[in-house]
Amino acid sequence: MITPKQITLAKTALFIASLLPFARLVLFTFTDRLGANPIEFITRNTGDWTLYFLCLTLAVTPLRKLTGMHWLIRLRRMLGLFAFFYATLHFTTFLWFDHFFDIDEMLKDVVKRPFITVGFTAFVLLIPLAATSTNGMVKRLGGKRWQSLHRLVYLIAALGILHFWWMKAGKNDFAQPILFGSIVALLLLARLYWNVVQPWLQRRRMVPAPGCGLRQQRLERK
Amino acid sequence: MLIKRNSNGIDIPFPSEITPRRVFESRRSFIQQMTLGSIAAAAAPQMLLQDAFAQTGQKLAAKQNTAFVVMDKPTSYKDATTYNNFYEFGTDKDDPAREAGTLRTRPWTVTIDGEVRKPVTLDIDSLLKLAPLEERIYRLRCVEGWSMVIPWIGYSFSEIIKRVEPTGNAKYVEFITLADKKQMPGLRSPVLEWPYVEGLRLDEANHPLTLLTLGMYGEVLPNQNGAPVRIVVPWKYGFKSAKSIVRIRFVKDQPKTAWNIAAPQEYGFYSNVNPEVDHPRWSQATERRIGEDGFLTRKRKTLMFNGYSDVASLYSGMDLKKFY
Repeated sequence: MITPKQITLAKTALFIASLLPFARLVLFTFTDRLGANPIEFITRNTGDWTLYFLCLTLAVTPLRKLTGMHWLIRLRRMLGLFAFFYATLHFTTFLWFDHFFDIDEMLKDVVKRPFITVGFTAFVLLIPLAATSTNGMVKRLGGKRWQSLHRLVYLIAALGILHFWWMKAGKNDFAQPILFGSIVALLLLARLYWNVVQPWLQRRRMVPAPGCGLRQQRLERK
Repeated sequence: MLIKRNSNGIDIPFPSEITPRRVFESRRSFIQQMTLGSIAAAAAPQMLLQDAFAQTGQKLAAKQNTAFVVMDKPTSYKDATTYNNFYEFGTDKDDPAREAGTLRTRPWTVTIDGEVRKPVTLDIDSLLKLAPLEERIYRLRCVEGWSMVIPWIGYSFSEIIKRVEPTGNAKYVEFITLADKKQMPGLRSPVLEWPYVEGLRLDEANHPLTLLTLGMYGEVLPNQNGAPVRIVVPWKYGFKSAKSIVRIRFVKDQPKTAWNIAAPQEYGFYSNVNPEVDHPRWSQATERRIGEDGFLTRKRKTLMFNGYSDVASLYSGMDLKKFY
């Protein structure tokens, strides 16, 4: 069994580890090590880390099911909030360095360019999830409603991948989007299997259709 | 340092006593790195190596042609040689500086043929001697929305045209670049059709601004910048300026160019710098000057034809939105 103390320790370690990419960016900024195009570096890096944290958040449930390490669920909120943290930095670099806080110009860009539309939508959808991440909000919404709201993360992950895909299309270089896309697809398909396919198979097994003697026999033999 | 006083009574050091900017810059960054402590030290060897590599460049003498010098501040040598698009060596900007060491630039020949009266194959030494070398400082605008200012060394491509005498059939010039898997690790990736091919209309190629380029910053071209010979067309997006050229063909029909094949709706044959024609995925109205526009300044406005308005006459009567 995992003790509460161990959980606290795991959470502290995860918190510090999750801040390391940010610390690296700050260090590189002040030591002139972001390369010739520092803004591009920051934008790409925060975008990458948003995707990493989205994948990590989505990996918690499959990992729990596969390993039985159910305490992992208690780290999930922090992972999700760090996805939001890096997404916020990513969005801020766009608003600041690309548009110099000109909201009108930014919105024009959002409407005009599909890859930005998609990324912006994903970011906006993350906001209610971050806002309702506290225990109090879970209670206030009720577990069921809270859960349906937080299923938005599947859409957000898909939009995030599409955003990355279209961005890389300029380089005609899809190796990374394919990798990220496969990871997210795998994590989502695992859910589809556990939540839809498996229950359906079980139901079929429990209620054999009339006239399917063969299958019934097979089941009985078991 | 001993400072002589000249006849006006003004202290002027001998030119030989002035530390070249690049040397003191690299010294400064060396000191910076050394003072950063342990974390920075981990990455320092690589940066020192890059600096050392950067300074092995062989000098190339050229007289500056002031008619082709923009007043913008030149980009630092380090930025211009470590932030490159040269897919034959990888798609990341820092790949070429790291990977292009394998490129063998000598011996090297360029075959010039097609619709010409005097086809010829020239080695790099003949190319260096074909016309007087000039230094020209050009703006370089990448289609991705960033720009640099680079002191190139070369001569107008029109010198080549004069030499080979195109026939009446020649309407376009096609630049074919090296594609050798042994030297270019990026060729394993199918991002583009290899070899990388670019092209110009004959009158564009004949424009005095179009530079057959053999050096930059007073040296022969570094490998990652397209050694040993490339073309530079400053009023077009950077990808039109083919690197490491091995063959130049004068042809009747518009050449099929690498980026145009890969994404025709995004990269047209002309690809003139044009703030009014957006790339489908981003605006071309502004650009970020590398080393200058950054955290505290807005991006600067992109100029029509990258500021080289002389070339407008090449396109009179053409709808540049259609022929992007």
